[in-house]
Amino acid sequence: MSVAICVEALTKKYKDVIAVNDISFNVKQGHCFGLLGPNGAGKTTTIEIMEGIIAASSGSVVYKNQDKEVDNNISQQIGIQFQHTALQDFLTVKETLNLFAAFYQHTLAQKEIIELCDLSDFLDRDNRLLSGGQRQRLLLALALINDPEIIFLDEPTTGLDPHARRNFWQLIKNIKAQNKTIILTTHYMDEAEQLCDDIVIMDQGKIIEAGTPHQLLNKHFKDVFIYLPEKQVPSTLVEQNQWSTLSGRVEISTSDVEKTLAMLMENKVSLEGLHVKSANLDDLFLHLTGHSLRE
Amino acid sequence: MNIKRFFAVFKARNIEFFRDKSSLGWNLIFPVLLLIGFSFIFSGDGRSAYKVGIINAAVEGVTQATDKQYPFKKIRFIDYITYESIDAAKNKLNRHTIDLVIEPSSSQYWVNNESAKSYLVEKIFSSQLDGYTRLETSGKKIRYVDWVLPGILGMNMMFSCLFGVGYVIVRYRKNAVLKRLKATPLSAFEFVSAQLLSRLFIVMFMSIVVYSGCNLLFNFFMIGSYFDLIIIGMLGAFCLISLGLLVASRSKSEELIGGLLNLTSWPMMMLSGVWFSLEGAPSALKTFADFLPLTHLVAGARKIITEGATLSDISYHVISLLVMSIVFLSLGAYFFSWNTER
Repeated sequence: MSVAICVEALTKKYKDVIAVNDISFNVKQGHCFGLLGPNGAGKTTTIEIMEGIIAASSGSVVYKNQDKEVDNNISQQIGIQFQHTALQDFLTVKETLNLFAAFYQHTLAQKEIIELCDLSDFLDRDNRLLSGGQRQRLLLALALINDPEIIFLDEPTTGLDPHARRNFWQLIKNIKAQNKTIILTTHYMDEAEQLCDDIVIMDQGKIIEAGTPHQLLNKHFKDVFIYLPEKQVPSTLVEQNQWSTLSGRVEISTSDVEKTLAMLMENKVSLEGLHVKSANLDDLFLHLTGHSLRE
Repeated sequence: MNIKRFFAVFKARNIEFFRDKSSLGWNLIFPVLLLIGFSFIFSGDGRSAYKVGIINAAVEGVTQATDKQYPFKKIRFIDYITYESIDAAKNKLNRHTIDLVIEPSSSQYWVNNESAKSYLVEKIFSSQLDGYTRLETSGKKIRYVDWVLPGILGMNMMFSCLFGVGYVIVRYRKNAVLKRLKATPLSAFEFVSAQLLSRLFIVMFMSIVVYSGCNLLFNFFMIGSYFDLIIIGMLGAFCLISLGLLVASRSKSEELIGGLLNLTSWPMMMLSGVWFSLEGAPSALKTFADFLPLTHLVAGARKIITEGATLSDISYHVISLLVMSIVFLSLGAYFFSWNTER
């Protein structure tokens, strides 16, 4: 699979902070690329440099299909959804679409974009009156209005309720199905697991891990977790195996589920309420950085 | 410059303004309230004595009624004002500033046909002016409301230009509307010129609406050309918008821009001749006022309205506004930033 964007030794320094510290990665054509990390990790700075919004202190961002470094003219080819954007007050959704459509040489038909982002129910509503989910859908529509090959989404589902988030994921999956390249930043690990083909985990301006979600989990976690209600497990057994107890549940970490279950049954432990969970990206981040992603 | 992109922003900004009912209402009501207020406050004439102009090439100024030179000066409680030229005196008579003009050297006197006071003064003096030739002139009175009209409209334009451009750009910058626009192919030049022309259109539209509406109520004095008035209005608005752009070129803080805009607008409100004439002011103050765009807008418009001046008569004001616009715009474009970096 060909490389769409090549980021090489990128660094961004502000007066006394190094927001991005010498990072390199490739974004593959047609993939959804996830930039993960806690608040303040440098994700937004990184993608804003990639978008040509701010200048890097050093390093390069090269758009491979055009074979050139990022500059202001890239805006015709890419679509951007910012983390915080106010829309112009007093304009309706339709007027906002018209306004942004006027900026580009090539645009998607308005009907198509309304359908794609499911805007038809609130087309004539004032921007100020949109709900969180409607607003994010409009912002996504603005990012897609020039039919870009590469789309940047900066924490697109922050602040949305679970239902709205799932709807939004479906929209992104639909876009992905059109073989577009998506660069997504998020601090929701379930979002990255749902959407991303490749991920890079950042912390304090540096990349601390990169790969596919599956690869990374396999690399760092051989074990799965078995949970049982505390009252069903004899305390001698807990002490013997040095299992930990957590809010009324015993957590058993094991690389061989079958063997562990057999051992529990041998000891006449009831398996009622048993819960098995494999490690997710949240666990991975905690494992890599020693602090939780939502801190 | 891409006209499609420019026009899209121009249109969006106009829609935003006209749908913001509170701001629209304020822009309309504020000048009307001021005009109505002033017309009431200054509706009484304020002077009890009549004023008579005397033509005497030798001296100029107010003379004492006890002067023995002219017999008619025996009549008391009349202000006698001496003029050097007949034209200056007749001009005052036409504008109802004085009520009668007497030229003893040629035994002539003038009354204003349209002035009730001129009629009364003529009756008072009739016995004293035997042998004088009666001449007539006519002209509408310039009330204070006529005089203050260009000032109030100009001040309203100033606030609309400075705050409507300056404040809005800083707000756009602060809440990342500018950042979102920067991420599109829209250029700073297209954005800024659309903002500028949109505000120019809004300000001229609102001023014309206010003028026309109030004209029904007050029947304003106007002897110049409306075309010239619109031209000086546009030049003044353009200059003030450029100043607003310059003030707002970098700031991201609404508090700071509020302070800066107040700092810019207050001297103009007080010193640009909006409320009172600067004729008698100290020359240092007058020089300072010459650097304020509103001074030239108000003075130019006032000359067109009350003296019937043409654009070439007020070329000093026209050129001053043009020069200031160029300076403000160049500096504003040089300093303009979409998004001040951290």
